[in-house]
Amino acid sequence: MDHILLRHRDIPDIHQLDVYLRHGGFEAFRKAVTTLTPAQVIDEVKASGLRGRGGAGFPTGLKWSFLTKGVYPRYVVVNTDESEPGTFKDREIIERNPFQFIEGALICAYAAEANTVYNYIRGEYWDAAAWLDECLAAARARGFIGPNVFGSAYSVEFHNHLGAGAYICGEESALLESIEGKLGQPRLKPPFPADKGLYGKPTVVNNTETLTNVPYILQHGAAAYKQFGTEKSPGRKVFSLSGNVNRPGNYELPLGVTLRELIYTHGGGVPGDKKVKAVMLAGASSSVLAVTDDILDTALDYEAVAAKGAMLGSASVIVLDESVDLAWVALKTTRFFKHESCGKCTPCREGTYWMLNILERVNRGEAVKADVDLLHNVASQIQNKCLCPLGEFSVTPVLSSLKAFRADFDAHAKDAAPKPAPKPAAAKPAAAKSAPAKAAPAPAGD
Amino acid sequence: MLAEKYADEIQKILSRYPPEWKRSAVMPLLHLAQREYGQVTPPVLAEVGALCGLEPTQVAGVVGFYSLYHDHPAGRRRVQICTDLPCALRGAERFGQELCQKLGVGWDETTADGEFTVEHVMCVGACDKAPVFQIQDETGIHFHESPAPDQPLTVEQALESLNRLKAQ
Repeated sequence: MDHILLRHRDIPDIHQLDVYLRHGGFEAFRKAVTTLTPAQVIDEVKASGLRGRGGAGFPTGLKWSFLTKGVYPRYVVVNTDESEPGTFKDREIIERNPFQFIEGALICAYAAEANTVYNYIRGEYWDAAAWLDECLAAARARGFIGPNVFGSAYSVEFHNHLGAGAYICGEESALLESIEGKLGQPRLKPPFPADKGLYGKPTVVNNTETLTNVPYILQHGAAAYKQFGTEKSPGRKVFSLSGNVNRPGNYELPLGVTLRELIYTHGGGVPGDKKVKAVMLAGASSSVLAVTDDILDTALDYEAVAAKGAMLGSASVIVLDESVDLAWVALKTTRFFKHESCGKCTPCREGTYWMLNILERVNRGEAVKADVDLLHNVASQIQNKCLCPLGEFSVTPVLSSLKAFRADFDAHAKDAAPKPAPKPAAAKPAAAKSAPAKAAPAPAGD
Repeated sequence: MLAEKYADEIQKILSRYPPEWKRSAVMPLLHLAQREYGQVTPPVLAEVGALCGLEPTQVAGVVGFYSLYHDHPAGRRRVQICTDLPCALRGAERFGQELCQKLGVGWDETTADGEFTVEHVMCVGACDKAPVFQIQDETGIHFHESPAPDQPLTVEQALESLNRLKAQ
């Protein structure tokens, strides 16, 4: 099966502009600018059924059509801020198949009648961003970026904007604030970016992978694109597979592939032939699913995963084998979200702090069962009360783990009702008691 | 001063944003300052602020918000190890502890020769190549990853990389 996103796996030097051009590169952009109106481009993308690959799965063409009419300038902003633990797909795209991404973003700009693209790349991708700068310069030298592309009246500029280590900037309105030189904190919505986005102007914000699909759609047509995937979730998707698997990595597969095929056929199964205890399908913010045959046979598309009470998100699948302790997993995810909380809204800022506090106590073996109830209580009070999805994300792995694996948490608790004075001598046996559970996650990698 | 030493680069940065939105340049300018000085001190806040039309306190807010700008000194190179969930499932915590041990430091401590400060970093998007660390220094930020999933980066390999950097 040839790739349509990770094409460098079939054509190794496609990261060179000449090679990309020999394989039809920039023909889709040429077709758009010289033969189609912006509205026709939007219609084709709508017809393809392409949905946002950054996590929300919103229909891409529809998003482009929402821009407030008659207001200019407009902007296209690309979200290459992938920072969710378990997600590493956009980096491979910009490093190995950069020109297809650039072409997709340029087509989007033409469709949106925008003359400037800003690509927000996380600061840690420093070397990848420097490489992408070189690619932009090469594309500019050939006239694909700049004034009057293909001799038309259309002009477009394209800049990278480097982030500096803040997960929250992956939230679109926080990302816009960040480009504007402010703290990366989410805005109240409405207004939505399509109305008042970057610099108060109509703005399309799309994920890197989403836009990398676009040249194929324009070149081969919406019908060809729809041959992949399911009716409601058409197309291919890059699945980032990590955790307890033999072959972690990115896999481009049709939406609707089963979890079993992803883990066992592509990922090569679990080290030591251990059983899969649970999976997180959307990175650290996932609803943790206890794995049964039914879950393994679930089709990985937006609808089927939602029917199991989880989200496909950006399809960042973290595999947890039978030795993993979910109380430790909750500690890891909570520490991440607490660190990344932007501090703007109280439930997230304070709630993640207190969840972490309790989870540290649980994992140290210093908690009682009532603390586990307290954790549930705090998480429930954060839920549905946050300004942006980050706060909600922090709660999802905790509550879902408590629901499916409460015993993992209770196993750490010492049942003694009144807590003794914290003497080092008294604390030691408790710590020793919890040692097997605490050490549990280690064997996979160590 | 940045303004003299990097006049061309600063002009290039400012030209990417609308003239009335000079403040958009604050992040690239801070990356420049971080690289040049290794930390962003109060005089640097004023310097960066003057270049993009912000008050020093506004620049300080930006520095405090983002993890890759630092308002305190460290060793010449920051060794930033990811121990988030996917990395931890592949042994990153033990890797970090052993590397600290070999360097003779704890987390957030600097080696006696002033070369390396070991820090935690949140997920860097290299989950399939764990263990992974990045080096932040005067040249920017660079990843050091496992060559392949079945060849995890060892502490010895990491130390070799650090020694090579030190010799430069």
